[in-house]
Amino acid sequence: MTRTVLPIGPFHPLQEEAEFFQLYVDGETVVDMDVRISYNHRGIEDISTRRTFDQVPYLVERVCGICSASHPLAYIQAVEELAGITPPERSLYLRTIVNELERLHSHLLWVGLAGHFLGYNTVFMWAWKYREPVLDLLEATTGSRINYANAKIGGSRRDIPNELAPRILSVLSELEGKLEMLTGAVLDDYVLHLRTKGVGVLSREDARDYCVTGPTARASGIAIDVRRDDPYAAYDRIEWNVISAAEGDVFAKAKVRLLECFESIKIIRQCARQLPEGPIEVPVAAIPPGEAVGHVEAPRGETFHYVVSDGGPCPARHKVRAPSYVNIPSFKAACVGQPLADVTIALAAVDPCYSCTERLAVALDARTRRPLYTFDDLVRLSQEKTARLAREV
Amino acid sequence: MSLQTDHETSTGAPAQKLERGLGPRLLRLEQPHPNRIYLTVAPGDHVAAAVFLFDELSARLATASAVDHRDHLEINYHFALDGDRCVVTVKTFAPKPEPHLESLARMIAGAEWIEREIADLFGCRFDGHPRPERLILADDWPADRHPLRRGGPS
Amino acid sequence: MNWRIWALQKSPWVYHVNAGACNNCDIEVLELLTPRFDVERFGITLVGSPRHADALLVSGICTRQIAPRLQDLYAQTPKPCVVFCIGTCACARGIFHDSYHAAAGPVDEVIRAVDPAATILYIPGCPPKPEAMILGVVKALRALA
Repeated sequence: MTRTVLPIGPFHPLQEEAEFFQLYVDGETVVDMDVRISYNHRGIEDISTRRTFDQVPYLVERVCGICSASHPLAYIQAVEELAGITPPERSLYLRTIVNELERLHSHLLWVGLAGHFLGYNTVFMWAWKYREPVLDLLEATTGSRINYANAKIGGSRRDIPNELAPRILSVLSELEGKLEMLTGAVLDDYVLHLRTKGVGVLSREDARDYCVTGPTARASGIAIDVRRDDPYAAYDRIEWNVISAAEGDVFAKAKVRLLECFESIKIIRQCARQLPEGPIEVPVAAIPPGEAVGHVEAPRGETFHYVVSDGGPCPARHKVRAPSYVNIPSFKAACVGQPLADVTIALAAVDPCYSCTERLAVALDARTRRPLYTFDDLVRLSQEKTARLAREV
Repeated sequence: MSLQTDHETSTGAPAQKLERGLGPRLLRLEQPHPNRIYLTVAPGDHVAAAVFLFDELSARLATASAVDHRDHLEINYHFALDGDRCVVTVKTFAPKPEPHLESLARMIAGAEWIEREIADLFGCRFDGHPRPERLILADDWPADRHPLRRGGPS
Repeated sequence: MNWRIWALQKSPWVYHVNAGACNNCDIEVLELLTPRFDVERFGITLVGSPRHADALLVSGICTRQIAPRLQDLYAQTPKPCVVFCIGTCACARGIFHDSYHAAAGPVDEVIRAVDPAATILYIPGCPPKPEAMILGVVKALRALA
């Protein structure tokens, strides 16, 4: 058998980050794959032990720019558990609003990139256009489009004034209408069905074995969601549903993410309407020695933080595990046996976030070790396949 | 063995199930918070504990972490019992100067990357790991330096 | 004026390099291409290969693993070219200044190690807003003239 190796990366213009995938191919079919990370390793766990407890949220916010509300919140919840701090009710709602706005912008970002990989650049432009009002809301509520620095140990840093609630509600209503159009355009498109149904299937067994989380798990029939399974912030005080699907293919993953956007809108609406009055933070004394775990459902899955304190001003040990760290290895199960033109979308379906995991990709001839395709070529293959299917339909 | 949309109706609290299932292997069990369980087992017994949690209690391996102590590395495997609203941390120890521990990666694919990471950052060898190669440090990083060992990266 | 500089100013094609960033700057760079900012109006577009680029947009602290690859990318970019350091990390490493996995210096030092005469411009911010990036590019093109 001739095995050919296709290296993907480390640099590619659409995956904004560096990581190196090696795909081993036999003709057009992927038979094995290998990932090398390190390009983005910044040693955050080490830096964290030289920052004070209240400085660490600003550091972990920069683990990943898209999950910049989830990482600090997971860390903060761990420290609050360790020190026995109960944040005030109003701050719990504020945290929920910011985290759900983050999920909305992240899922829209994914829909856009997935559209691009399939050669539907209109979907890319639409999704990113509709994402802008969400970023504007984040700016209005926290002061920044990205890196919100909203949660702090003992509560929230900045209040959302009650006068802002009507604006939040009107932006959400407008977004909901556009999302319905976008969801219909994506989920009812016959060519997209041909490209995504039965492609990159991650079976339920593999999903459990790789311990995947978030939409990747929920699309494979494992309905886990930290927001419901270990409630934090205000998620147990409002009505919402966990979205799941059984198929495990790219289509299921897209469906889960798009439908989750509507749940997020539902959650933010309820929070904006029910925002309780009261203080937004409680005073915090020194952090006692001990250990604690905090986890939060980020847009890509469970973000897990483990904090050890020795009674000093800085964490003695701080472990950060981002959702992509467990989701990326599952590519192997989802890609093997797939034709090359489907690889980019199968990879993108996991919504990989490499700065979280700590991006590069290419294909090589197994005997000669000569490069065959670059990641751009793979994206082109994928886009050509969509165009061919569209002509045939 | 299922994780359905609704919570499983489990018989008994997770702490009791763990006590029953692990028996004398369990050296210590602490529950500082209703949703958090920390249990300590001897090196080697962490495999039985992990298999029990993963197969019998349908736990998910969230991640693993290591903490550097004076004469040993403390290795924690963090399991999430999503149906029971609980996070169970299995603690075990790898004595210095040459810490090593049996790998879980053959049983649970989700353990592969995190064990390679601990090997890179803390210098703990995982016996029986299917791919004991460098994961997270640069290609030119010296093999004998482990940045998260106490005393820093230098 | 050097005709190569004159040509560079008209519709600069850029290649984006993430040298160990948190994704923020990178997403704001992509943001520039989408309907609200749409820099393609000015002929600025992202290209898939450094060999087609007039400018490199570099974000991130430049990790130890990336440093030699960044130097390769710089070598592959046709000269004259402009290197933009996007964000505080690329300008001065920012919050990650004491990381053990960083290269010997921030992005400018890594590039100057292979080309001391490189044209390097800085757009600070964490992340810089898209408007700031557009302003940075405009100022840079004016300065080159």
